[in-house]
Amino acid sequence: MTAEPVGARSRTGYDAETLAALVADAEQILARYPDPRSGLLPLLHLVQSVDGYVSRDGIIFCAEQLGMTAAEISAVATFYTQYKRHPNGEYTVGVCTNTLCAVMGGDAIFDRLADHLGVGHDETTPDGSVTLERVECNAACDYAPVVMVNWEFFDNQTPDSAAELTDRLRAGETVAPTRGAASVCSFKQMSRVLAGFDDGRADEGVGAGGPTLEGLRLVRAAAAVDDAPGTPGTPAAATSNRPGAEVPPETGTEQSSAERRPTTPSDDTGPAGPADPEEGDDD
Amino acid sequence: MTELMAALTDTWDAENSWKLSTYEAAGGYEGLRRALRTDPADLVQMVKDSGLRGRGGAGFPTGMKWGFLPEPDGGPRYLVVNADESEPGTCKDIPLMMASPQHLVEGVAITSFAIGCHHAFIYVRGEVLHVYRRLLAAVREAYAAGHLGRDIHGSGYDLEVTVHAGAGAYICGEETALLDSLEGRRGQPRLKPPFPAVAGLYARPTVVNNVESIASVPGIVTHGADWFSSLGTEKSSGHGLFSLSGHVTRPGQYEAPLGITLRELLDQAGGVRAGHQLKFWTPGGSSTPIFTDEHLDVPLDYESVGAAGSMLGTRALQIFDETTCVVRAVSRWTDFYAHESCGKCTPCREGTYWLKQVLHRIEAGDGEETDLDLLLDLCDNILGRAFCALGDGATSPITSSVQYFRAEYEAHLGGRGCPFDPARSTLFDDTPQAPPALAGAGGH
Repeated sequence: MTAEPVGARSRTGYDAETLAALVADAEQILARYPDPRSGLLPLLHLVQSVDGYVSRDGIIFCAEQLGMTAAEISAVATFYTQYKRHPNGEYTVGVCTNTLCAVMGGDAIFDRLADHLGVGHDETTPDGSVTLERVECNAACDYAPVVMVNWEFFDNQTPDSAAELTDRLRAGETVAPTRGAASVCSFKQMSRVLAGFDDGRADEGVGAGGPTLEGLRLVRAAAAVDDAPGTPGTPAAATSNRPGAEVPPETGTEQSSAERRPTTPSDDTGPAGPADPEEGDDD
Repeated sequence: MTELMAALTDTWDAENSWKLSTYEAAGGYEGLRRALRTDPADLVQMVKDSGLRGRGGAGFPTGMKWGFLPEPDGGPRYLVVNADESEPGTCKDIPLMMASPQHLVEGVAITSFAIGCHHAFIYVRGEVLHVYRRLLAAVREAYAAGHLGRDIHGSGYDLEVTVHAGAGAYICGEETALLDSLEGRRGQPRLKPPFPAVAGLYARPTVVNNVESIASVPGIVTHGADWFSSLGTEKSSGHGLFSLSGHVTRPGQYEAPLGITLRELLDQAGGVRAGHQLKFWTPGGSSTPIFTDEHLDVPLDYESVGAAGSMLGTRALQIFDETTCVVRAVSRWTDFYAHESCGKCTPCREGTYWLKQVLHRIEAGDGEETDLDLLLDLCDNILGRAFCALGDGATSPITSSVQYFRAEYEAHLGGRGCPFDPARSTLFDDTPQAPPALAGAGGH
């Protein structure tokens, strides 16, 4: 199926070195699957790791690797939103504007970023640093509103915190997600991981954020109060042996999700105080 | 009173919870060792006896699904884990795989052994980079420890596991679309029958199960089917992750036996955010008809939620208080379905497009009295006529919200626009930043 010799008669415009590296990676990808065509999605991530989008060369490369036509490859590539048809910025900043996040503030965040960056959905800043996107639900609703940077989680964002985040990205600073690796990698590096090439960063970051542990925290507290090894119906808790388990935070303290109001500097000067529920009646 | 519990979540607060060593120290992989000493048919029976039903939304009995595989014919059979968690509001599998991917990997090994599979796949959505890293590392660690690979623990059983990243398409959560995607195609659903059990991945017998379903298997093998079926209700047994989000004091993951109520969960979560009242909620994601405060005491099990007019779905409890405009919420969900419709069938492709247009004009104040009937008529032409469940799901929030909040829709009509101030529903500031929307201004 594959298999033009490296560098020979490839219709792509890649130089010999790039092509040889791509072919070597592609061999690893295709070897994971009983049917090589299953490797197409990772192959498309792979070409994005080189070109920063699904380029003409990338499409031809995939076609040559799989013995398919460029049209067949394009048909697949255009179906999936993560495959970019234009050169992507170094960072994809995705604001969840599906209902839950939109209501919790995602709409306001997107509007602020669009204004702040001067770009709209799926557009890239002129310096090539940030591509802004509206994204769909990213399975972090308990951390709403959520912003993803190169598909790492930035939880409980505000318009101010998100604007500051993009400022730092554009200034070339290192930014760290709330739950994820110690720093956000580039779009190309991310694409290489998604092609299945581990970057060795799995042990960075937390196992869980506050909301993820909310229910467990209550189970632990109840068990501590009962001073019993477990209650009927919780055999897993009863038999658990948790090395190095951390003491769950008290409600309202740092790391507790009860204390989840944003803490960016600008918030200190923002509208203060709890809302009067009677104020601004919706009717 | 149904108490919270810790089964799947039990190791999530441990240091380095995602590491194999942490999981093993808490008793992990004991289930696999037991399973390898058990006849595969007995494992299938054990999961049938446990009453475990699919945790991905449909609630189909997991053991029965395994039992549908035809007799071995010497060719390959596959397990494909659906880790494409994308249903709006659903946020349980991603934190599970972030905190404790070994739970899933052990479940994959046991399930594969039970169904005679030698190559399993975990299809995870591509938009969760760190979760993909954790899965790759978890599988690598499991190979190194001999839990995967050749001759697992001297049993003679071989299993290869491939973690595969998707590329952004909600429809790939539909099991046959997922299989097409995994075969390197556009992720569009297949006609059923044949079902995947007969002709799935590469047209071979295939089991497709949700992450939480598979992650529940080690506990069933370790503690027994009786333990699992003693939890929950008679027909909806076992534990489940309940995901509270939105206008709730402490959103998050709450693990409990099926049958717990939203009132009980809200009690644990500190209630609706201070100073506000529950307006509407989804029991199982945006594709399940919405509920209101009338439904606080509905037991969250498959039968009770169904009897009350919705679906348990993925236990994605999105909570909205009185500051939220239901038209805006539903309009945004409809945008989602229109965006994610794969285009294969006409009712869904065209229907979601038109639903979106009509909702946008209602939201903007440009709707007319007849638009509500038009919406319902469009829904009637999609529900039950679409190729897969995406089209049906698109109608759920619309028909249910018109049922409960018709007056609120009508308040938008005839140039009046949205009477809500969206700033009041946000997390970071629920004080009005601008005067209440002017009549006819179109709201948001």
